[in-house]
Amino acid sequence: MDFINAIILLLNYTVIPALTYGSQLALGAIFVTLVYGILRFANFATGDMMSFGTMVAVLLTFYFQSLGISFGFLPTALLTIAPAILAMIFYMLFIDKFVFSYYRIKKSPPVQLAMVSVGVMFVTQAIIRIIIGPFDRRFFDGEKFILKANEFKEMTGLNEGLTIKSTQAITIFVTVIVVSIMFWFLNKTKTGTSMRAYSDNEDLALLSGIDPKKVVLITWIIAGILATIGGVLYGLDKSYRPFVYFNNMLPIFAAAIVGGIGNPFGAFLGGYVIAFAEILVTYAYKKFFTYLLPEALEPDSLVQLLSTDYKFAVSFSILVIVLLFRPSGIFKGKTL
Amino acid sequence: MMQHKNIIIAYSIMIFLITAVGILQSWTIALTILNYCLISAVMTIGANIQWGYAGLINFGIMGYTALGGLAAVLVNVPPVKEAWKAGGSGMVVSLILIIFGVYIIRAVLRKFENSKKRNYIVAAIIIIGFVIIRYISGPAIENIEAVDPAKTGFLGGLGLPIIFSWIVGGLFAAGIALIVGKIALGLRADYLAIATLLIAEIIVSIIKHEDWLARGVKNVIGLKRPVPYEVDLQGSTWFIDLVEKFHSKKLDLITSLSDRQDVLNQLVIDASSVYVKLCLAGLFLSVVIILLILTQKALYSPWGRKMRAIRDNEVAANAMGKNVVKEHLLIFILGSAIVGIAGAMMVTNDGLFTPGSYRPMRYTFVIWVMVIVGGTGNNFGAILGGFVVWFLWVEAAPIALFFINFFTAHLEETNAVKQHLIQSAAYFRFLLVGIGLLIIMRYRPKGLIPEKINIK
Repeated sequence: MDFINAIILLLNYTVIPALTYGSQLALGAIFVTLVYGILRFANFATGDMMSFGTMVAVLLTFYFQSLGISFGFLPTALLTIAPAILAMIFYMLFIDKFVFSYYRIKKSPPVQLAMVSVGVMFVTQAIIRIIIGPFDRRFFDGEKFILKANEFKEMTGLNEGLTIKSTQAITIFVTVIVVSIMFWFLNKTKTGTSMRAYSDNEDLALLSGIDPKKVVLITWIIAGILATIGGVLYGLDKSYRPFVYFNNMLPIFAAAIVGGIGNPFGAFLGGYVIAFAEILVTYAYKKFFTYLLPEALEPDSLVQLLSTDYKFAVSFSILVIVLLFRPSGIFKGKTL
Repeated sequence: MMQHKNIIIAYSIMIFLITAVGILQSWTIALTILNYCLISAVMTIGANIQWGYAGLINFGIMGYTALGGLAAVLVNVPPVKEAWKAGGSGMVVSLILIIFGVYIIRAVLRKFENSKKRNYIVAAIIIIGFVIIRYISGPAIENIEAVDPAKTGFLGGLGLPIIFSWIVGGLFAAGIALIVGKIALGLRADYLAIATLLIAEIIVSIIKHEDWLARGVKNVIGLKRPVPYEVDLQGSTWFIDLVEKFHSKKLDLITSLSDRQDVLNQLVIDASSVYVKLCLAGLFLSVVIILLILTQKALYSPWGRKMRAIRDNEVAANAMGKNVVKEHLLIFILGSAIVGIAGAMMVTNDGLFTPGSYRPMRYTFVIWVMVIVGGTGNNFGAILGGFVVWFLWVEAAPIALFFINFFTAHLEETNAVKQHLIQSAAYFRFLLVGIGLLIIMRYRPKGLIPEKINIK
């Protein structure tokens, strides 16, 4: 019984939160990796682009709520994702037309494009703060829990409760669907194949008649979908605050590089690697060991490797280790 | 003379703008802006020798600034004796163990060939060492942080004048830059940017959360200035006499003796804060000038030519027998050290150390905008960039407010859009700086004052 209790404890406090956080990171990391692979630059506006899409969803959610529209037991924000994606794609294409395309056609070095993306980051951040302000906003509504700790305890008779928040279930569910559709698109359709070809070898792809404009357009559309969904899911699970989204760019970058930048599947797994590392390293295992070990051996301290303050630092350290020993990422992306 | 015309015009405009702030707003504000401009200028010199001379992207400026600030605390604050008694020995033992561990790892790395076995041994040493150090330092840290936590709760520093910290800050930054450079410099440019940014985040989060070191997010206040304090100035007769002499015409017009005394008192209070800021500005300006002379000399020396050769064509420079890796590491360390100096100067200027305020937006990206707007590879340009961008960053809110009022003049005061815009005037600084960066990158990619190399 103690063994099951220990497993449930781990599930409740590490596995489920890590799967949720990992899904959110994974969506962002695929966004980074696609932009890197096809448009060939490190997009420092990643976090703020996600923030922009989420902002639209938040504003629409508030509007829908004022109209009295709701989505039953699901959060209203899910209804607003589609228009938010449209707004996001429109914004991205606008930025691309007036900012990025110039450097792409000129074939500027990637560094210059990265710098330009810093400019875009500033502008996006300004727009967001002017429209919605820098404050913390919660826009989650609907049923909060799918499974409550008490119910679980009653059901199974165990000591430990298992809580599943609806946002966690929604996040994992939506991520699985979006990512499967995206991989199907990239691997099985003709457009997807042409995108991968463009990513692998631009000149050869152009020679074989692939239209670069179309590839870029599709890339931004997929990027817009991923960024908005990732951002909204994160906002539903925690809360929406522009500064936090900007900061999330860093673990997302870490996930993309750990997974091998330019490799979408690697980025997807990288998100989970980062999330699990952050949570497993900063979790206090005291109770876990109390269940497993005989009384004499029970630990006195918290059995925590690092305090939770160092959550971010853990993911960055993993990145540094990966850069040192396997610069192309765990799952082999483009060579550096 | 002709070739310097642009530089002279640009700097004259800048001086004129700061003077205008002095006349229109107040001299205290103008001098505060000037001081920050000078500090930013030091940072941009540091970033510019990395990016402009050698083409290295260092997005870790935030981390080195924070290290400089940490140095200011560790040099200036008097040592906390009780804390040393409570846990000093534990911390010293831990430090010795860390150094010992590093030596063992180095020995292992030398002794074994590059293999899986070696990696496992190194990993095992790190994990075992980590556990031992946590076991020793854990209680020590708890004891230290328990010593009067509202006021101290940390080991304190050396109690030396803060001006020494400018050198120590540079050394701290250089030491960390050596490690970071060894890890990250082999990476391609945009990876280097990401890696340095993330490492800087690690540095800042350590400074933020290790309370025994510098109180973490509880902040250290009341650092001693290298210049006189306002209160002392207001009490000293020579200063009052000086102010009286300076304003004698204005004071002579007032006949009533008590009125005259009141006006004089007010003038002395104003003048004291201006005087303090002027002293700081003098110190900062001398640092900027010294660095400018040194970097200009370096730029035109054989070493500077070598750096440019490496920047422009790494392969060719390598083929000519230049040690690219070594030179990159050297310039990475030098640039970071200069940023560290700037970090210590900034804490000197503020008189307090707030680790929570080190954020990548303000301390990495704005500094980079300065370098790019000013002119990469040109020190005068980089300094000008520091001035222009910092000026815009500070004055953007008043300027935005002016335009908002101008364009919404026909709307009523209660109009929701107008009120919302006025409330968010402060965020127009991001817009202004972002659009400025985009325009410069597009139409003047080499910056306001571009790099010009004259071979004499």
